[in-house]
Formats: sequence, C-alpha cells, structure tokens
Amino acid sequence: MTVIVALGAFLPLAVLAIVGGAMAAVHRVVYAGCFLAAAALALSGLFFFGGPAAPQTLVLPFGLPWLQAHFRLDALAAFFLIIVNLSAAAASLYGVAYGAHLPEPRRVTPLFPLFLGGMNAVLVADDAFIFLVAWEFMSLSSWLLVLSEHRSAESRHAAFVYLVMAVFGTFCLLPAFGLLAGAGGGYAFDAMRASELGPVAATLVVLLALMGAGSKAGVVPLHAWLPLAHPAAPSHVSALMSGVMTKVAIYGLVRVLFDLHGEVAWWWGAVMMVVGGVTAVLGVLYALMQYDLKRLLAYSTVENVGIVVIGLGLAIAFKDEGEAALAALALVAALYHALNHSLFKSLLFLGAGAVLTATGERRLDRLGGLLHRMPTTGTAFLVGAAAISALPPLNGFVSEWLIFQSLFRGPALAHWTMKFGVPVVGAMLALAAALAAACFVRAFGIAFLGRPRSQVASGAAEVEGAMLAAMVALAVLCIGLGVVPVTVTGAIAAVAEPLTGVRLPTAVGLGWPWLSPVSSIRGSYSATVVTLSGLALIALTAFAVRRFGTRALRRAPAWDCGHREDIPNAQYSADSFAQPLRRVFGTTVFAAREQVVMPPPGDIEPARFTLHMRDPVWDGLYAPLARVVGRLADLVNRLQFLTVRRYLLMMFGTLVALLLMVAARQ
Amino acid sequence: MTSFVLQVVQTLLCIALAPLVTGLVRFVKSRLQGRRGPSLLQPYRDLYRLLQKEAIVADSASWLFRFAPYVTFAAVWLAAAMVPSFSTEMLLTPAADLIALVALLGLARFFTALAGMDVGTSFGGIGASREMMIASLAEPAMLMMTFTLSLLAGSTAPAIIGGFVVGGGVGLEVSLALALAAVVMVAIAETGRIPVDNPATHLELTMVHEAMVLEYSGRHLALMEAAGMLRLLLYMSLIACIFAPWGVAQPGAGLGGLALGFVAYCGKVAAMAVALAWFESMIAKMRVFRVADFLGGALLLAVLATIFLYVSEAV
Repeated sequence: MTVIVALGAFLPLAVLAIVGGAMAAVHRVVYAGCFLAAAALALSGLFFFGGPAAPQTLVLPFGLPWLQAHFRLDALAAFFLIIVNLSAAAASLYGVAYGAHLPEPRRVTPLFPLFLGGMNAVLVADDAFIFLVAWEFMSLSSWLLVLSEHRSAESRHAAFVYLVMAVFGTFCLLPAFGLLAGAGGGYAFDAMRASELGPVAATLVVLLALMGAGSKAGVVPLHAWLPLAHPAAPSHVSALMSGVMTKVAIYGLVRVLFDLHGEVAWWWGAVMMVVGGVTAVLGVLYALMQYDLKRLLAYSTVENVGIVVIGLGLAIAFKDEGEAALAALALVAALYHALNHSLFKSLLFLGAGAVLTATGERRLDRLGGLLHRMPTTGTAFLVGAAAISALPPLNGFVSEWLIFQSLFRGPALAHWTMKFGVPVVGAMLALAAALAAACFVRAFGIAFLGRPRSQVASGAAEVEGAMLAAMVALAVLCIGLGVVPVTVTGAIAAVAEPLTGVRLPTAVGLGWPWLSPVSSIRGSYSATVVTLSGLALIALTAFAVRRFGTRALRRAPAWDCGHREDIPNAQYSADSFAQPLRRVFGTTVFAAREQVVMPPPGDIEPARFTLHMRDPVWDGLYAPLARVVGRLADLVNRLQFLTVRRYLLMMFGTLVALLLMVAARQ
Repeated sequence: MTSFVLQVVQTLLCIALAPLVTGLVRFVKSRLQGRRGPSLLQPYRDLYRLLQKEAIVADSASWLFRFAPYVTFAAVWLAAAMVPSFSTEMLLTPAADLIALVALLGLARFFTALAGMDVGTSFGGIGASREMMIASLAEPAMLMMTFTLSLLAGSTAPAIIGGFVVGGGVGLEVSLALALAAVVMVAIAETGRIPVDNPATHLELTMVHEAMVLEYSGRHLALMEAAGMLRLLLYMSLIACIFAPWGVAQPGAGLGGLALGFVAYCGKVAAMAVALAWFESMIAKMRVFRVADFLGGALLLAVLATIFLYVSEAV
C-alpha cells in the first residue's frame, strides 16, 4: 500500500530534522521531503477515485497484542486524504522558503512531518486504538508547534488552553469508542459497524463524538482554544491547523456518525443544525471584530466549520427520515465545503504568513497598500478572500449553493421542529455568508489596499518564489474547483454513496456543465457558463469602452472631495470599518459599548475613544468553569498537608468502605 | 437557436433600456417636485460624455481600482441578462437561479467596496463599510425570500417560479405578499434609493454608494454609473418576472407572443419607475443606523413568509 509507505516517510524526515537541525539546508530538504510525501498521498487519494473504488485494507503486526494495527482506505478516507494533502503539499512547499525565516526553526521542522503523519494516520486508521493514537499524535505535535514561539506569554497561554481542550476532546472520544465497541470489546471498526447499540448508548455516542470531534473542529462553545492556538503557531502550521486539522475532526465526526454508528436519530440532526448555525454566525461576528489578521482568519474557520456542521446535521435528519437522495445532497454539500475551506483557508493563512515575513506585522491597522509592494501575494489573497466570501465563479460559492439547495428542501422533513427550524437555520447561514463578505472586504481592504499605515508596511517587499508558488497553486485550485463543479460533485457523490445508500446524480436533465443535483427545474447553476459569459461580457465592455470612449488616463493626487489628507492614519481603519456592524450586531452579542471623552474647549488634552467588548462564551462559560476547577483544586490541595495519623485514618476508612462494598455485593 | 437569439436580444435590451428607466424616474420625480426636469435621454448623454472624458486615477490607486469597474459592470450586466424579461426562453436562464443572481450582485458589491477602499481616503472607507453593513442584512432577506418561493413553486429559478405563478399554481397567498414586501425593501436598499440612500446627494457624510465611487472619473465612472442603472432595472425585472409574470412569452411562443411580452414588460417597468419616483418624493431619507431596523424588518418578513406557508398549509 503506497499510503503506508508515504506515511512511513514522515518519521525518518523528523529524525533527519532533529539530527541535522543545525544546518539550514537540512530544513529545506525536510520540507521538500514533506512536499513529496504529501503529493504522493494526495495522488494516491485521487487514484482511488479513478480505480474500482473497493476499500483496501491492511493489517500490520503492531499496536495492541490482541488487536494488531488495522488500516483501511475507502472512498471517505481517500477523499479526506486529498483534502489534507493538497494543503499539506502547499504548506510544505511554502515551508521550504518560510521555514528559514522562523526565529527558532529547530523547534518547528522536526515536528512538522510528525504533525502531517499524525493527521494522515487518523484517516487510514481502521481500529479505535490506531485512530486515537494518531489523533493524539496530531494533537501533541501541533501543541508543540504552537509552543514553538515559547518566549511570548501569549503563545504559552494559547498552548496551555489548547492542551486542556485537546485532552478534553480525547477524553470524550475514548468512551465514545468504548461504547461503540460494546461489551465484547471489538475495537476494530468492522466490529463496530456490525454491532447494534442500545438506545442510551446510541445517544451517548453521538453526544461524545460531537464534543470530542467538535472541540477539535472548533464548534461553539468549544471553539475557545482555536483563535488562540491557530494564530500562535508559525504561519504554514497555522494554515494546516486551520485548513486541515479541523477537517480531520470533521472526518472523525462523519466516520462515527455516518459509518460506525449509522443510525443517528433525526433530532441529533436538528441539534447539529442549530449548533452549526450559531457557530457560523458567532464565528463570523467574532472575526469581524478582530484587529489581528491571523486571529481573524482563525475565527473565520469557526464560521466555516459551522457551515459544514449545518450540512452534516441536515444529512443526518434526511437520512433518518428515509430521504436518502436528499441526505446524499446535504452530505455532498458539506464535504464539498470542507474541501473548499481547506484550500482557501490554507491560502489565506499562507498569505498572512507572507505579510508577516515582509512586514513583521499581523495587526491590520499597521498594514495597508501591500498590493503595490506584494502584487502576487496580494492577488492570491484576493482570490482566497473572494472564494471564502462565496462569490461566483469561485469554489466557495458552489458549496454554499449546494447547502442552500439542500436546506431549501428541509421542509420535506415531517417533523414540525424541523419545518420551523430549517428556515431559521437558513437565515443564520445566509447572515453568516453575507457577514463573511463584509469581513473579508475589511481584511483585504485594510491590509492590502489604501496607503501604508506604518514604516514597515511601506518598506515591504515580495516574498520568495517557493512561498509564492504555494499560494498561486492554491489560488488556481480555488478557481478550478469553482469552475467545474459538476466534476467535483460527481467524485464526492462516490464518497457519500456508501454512507447514505444513494449516489447523488449531479446534472439531472441538463448535462455536464449544468449543476442541477435535484431535478432540472428545481434550480440549476453553471459555473462554467457563468464564467465564460462573464469573461465575454468583460471583453465586450472593454472593447466598447475603447471603441466609443477615450483611452486617455492621468495620474493625480486623490481627490477626496478636495479634502487632501496626508496622514495615512486618517484613512478608514479596521476599527472604523467594523463600527456600523458592531453597532448593529455587537451591542447585543458582545455588549459592545463605545465611550468618547471630549476635552472642554481650550483644553489641550487629546480626545479619547474607548471601546468595551465582552466575549460571551469566555465570560459566560469558561471563566466560571475555571473558577470552579480552581476552587476544587484548592480543596484537594489541602489533602497534601495532613499529619501521618490522619493519612492512616483515611486509609483505614477507605479499606472499611471497600470491604463493606464487597460484602454488600455478595 | 431561438433561445440563443432571444438571449442576445435580452442582453442588449437591458443595456439599452437601463438608462431610460433611470431617466424616467428622474423625470417623474422632477415633475412631482414641480420642476420641468431633464429629458428622458439625459442619462445616455451623461454616459457618453463620461466615456469621452480623460480618466483621472489617484496616485495611490492599485490595479484593482481600474479593474473593478469592468468586473462590477459585467457582473451586474450578466445578472440582468439572466432574469427573464419578455420571454422565459433564453440560453442562459438555467445558468443561474436566484441564489446565483444574489451572489453575482454580491461579486459586484465586493469589488465596488474594495475599489472604494483602494485609494485610501476616508470617504471611500465610509461608503464601503456602510455598503457592507446594508448588504449583510439585505442578502439574507433576499435568500429567505428565495426560500419561500422555492417552497411555493418548487424551484429557485425565476423563470420557473414566474411560470408557476402565471399558471395559477398559487392563489392569493399571504406568503407571496410578505415575500414581495421583503424583496421591495431589499431592492430599495440595494439600488441605493431613498429612504436608505440618496442617489442625488451632494453631502458626503450621508453618502453610501456615491461615497465608494467618489474617486472615479471618465470611463470608469461611466461604467460604475451604468452598473447602478442596470441594477435598478434588474430588480424591476426580477419583481416583474416573479410577482407579475403576466404577458411573458413562454417557450415556443411566436412573434406575436414575443411582441406582447415586450409591450407587457415595458409597461410593468414604466409603472414601477413611476411608483418609485412617487415613493421617493413622499418619503424622507432615514439615518444610516435606522437602515438596520428597516432591513431587519425585511429579513423578518421573509422568514415570516416561510412560516405562514406552513400555517396556510395546515389550515
């Protein structure tokens, strides 16, 4: 199996990085090796769809003695291999140049292949043991990567929160697999598929899987670590954590809910849709309020995970209702969005890394005008921003279109909860999509357009070729996957078929370039036709303007209503751009309050503007929880300072209690 | 073949008609205000004059500033060409349903807003940020309206919804009325009409759309202005196609049917233009932050439209 060979390649690469870390060239070699391995894995995923599509299995003699290590490559795993490794290949290529710019490359390079290996191993695992070991590998290596800039207190705090949440996630997944394995202890996934679950166990498994995988994916309210940890890592690792690791979590969710569990009740679908809707709206609202480019991107990941979860919830509800065709549609939409998000989020994080390399700044209000100085980075970032804002003809729009099409069929569900709930979730999704566009107009507009707001921004220069190549490749993929959607949905339909029982027809009645997954009259979209006719109209417009108008053009100072301002800080800032939206949404969600202190006339004090905002999830959930845990820890702490007499008394008491229990049971 | 010819006719028709509609609104408005008003053809003259003028581009502008007018104009034009006006038999009709039309307008807005921020002046930023705030509520309202219509007619394609309505598939439906109210409110906001925005304003601080295109001149401004005119026509066509689809030539109609469709379309658009002018003369512009309430209302109406549909089904 080529997959295992490629997976095995990550380990020697890590060793090489540890041994030869002193030499700069070794880092480049390691990243190049990662690129080759990731490309091989992506290709083997692609070939799976070209071939007969029968699952391939492999049992290796390690792991638990009575279990051995099971691996399996089926359509779902192959699809996620493509998702993970397209971005991983781009991030590795980027790393060839970027890895050398890091302050302490020896803390990053050895862990990078391990992180890639862990994520890939999760996908091909076919028993709970390998799955969890690989999952932990992924968590711990990324935790160390977050900690690579350990000198900043912020990174240390982020790494601590991340570790706590990662432990919590595994703490939930462990019993979920235990319940799936049942009393017989069949930890191979085949045994889990075959076993029947009792009603309580079935419910608990879904809840635990949602909490375990959901905390890794960043579902509200378990998202708190994500905007701290993702930006703290080096940018190519951020790209992987945000673009790819969240997808591995989605994979875990799909694997458990659709494959291993198989019969999830419809109301779990309703719960997931509501959670997904809240995640999407809150995520993008948070993103709109951020000043830090990388943190903004991390919050936007929360939003997109919410969109995927809406699709998954809808698929579960349809499946349980027996609407297999609609379930396939919703699942294809969710998986398509997962693929798209991995591409454009990786692209955007790599772009943020390029900005960071060129300027040393992540704060939006210190950037500006970068499109002049970094044209390639800027253009690639623009493509990513347009794709994530769900604009045609890019890929983000296709998956949102599919999700809307499946949501609009939601009222086919019999339950009144769903009938009334679906429009509300639809409104939340629509709101999130529209706010995402605002968020990325702000991010791109402040960072790349306008005039430079600082010395570093005006002195920026374009980054190295390998970094540019990685970003351009991802941008091209974003366009490609948007323009030929029918081909992509055709492939994803093969993934959804074994999970829902129906193969989604992608172009009913209209033929190849017309995406009409339900029927020819329900609604159709053809990205290919829209792109071609759009380009034709642009060409026609340009021709007409040249023919009937003048081509004269003059450069002059900005007019600005005759109000010439030379101070770059007088431009609209990230804060002022967000102000209207903050007034509309922020006053309720974040309890945002603005305070303006104007000195009296004649006073030379500056006027002051202060903004107060609260994080509802952190203040409402995490802070009280942390206080309770702290108080409990203090109580337990007292037990450490007792006299020997008391310890003996406690041991005696425990012994008596245990004996009483044994006696009572007999 | 017919569908191709009709598509070309429709594409040219909307570009030819859009300035006239804007001219008609201005003309009726000035008559209502007791002025003689400019000729109906004035918008054509304005556009032609702008095309002849040298374009002035700010020193700090990037390539995006010069590229944006073309994208904006082409996206709106494409969207307008895909909304059936006098006939539903068109080549491109299945290429985009209502969701895709909303997104195409979103593409135009995205580039206009970025162009507003490109030069690095505060007015451009004001316009962009307010436009995105308005869109963040208008777009969901539009999508929820699509939801209602897709429940009612079983399709998200405007041509098919129109065919369903004209075929007597729906009687007098409360939901349809609510959806119409929502789409009219969204249309007013998205085309920058009073009470949300004032297309004739000369006070920078109250501008939204005008503030974004403040730095444009010459041919670029002509394209941006033409895109605005097309957007107005597009929303009128959309409302006519979905809520008043009578007279529209169905596939297979002869030359007589097409002529009837054309006359009916012109009549509907003219009626809407007069109504818009009358409405704009009657009402005062609202404060920017009241717009959120206005569009929040539109969103709520659209959601209510869906819910009423269930209620009417259950009764």
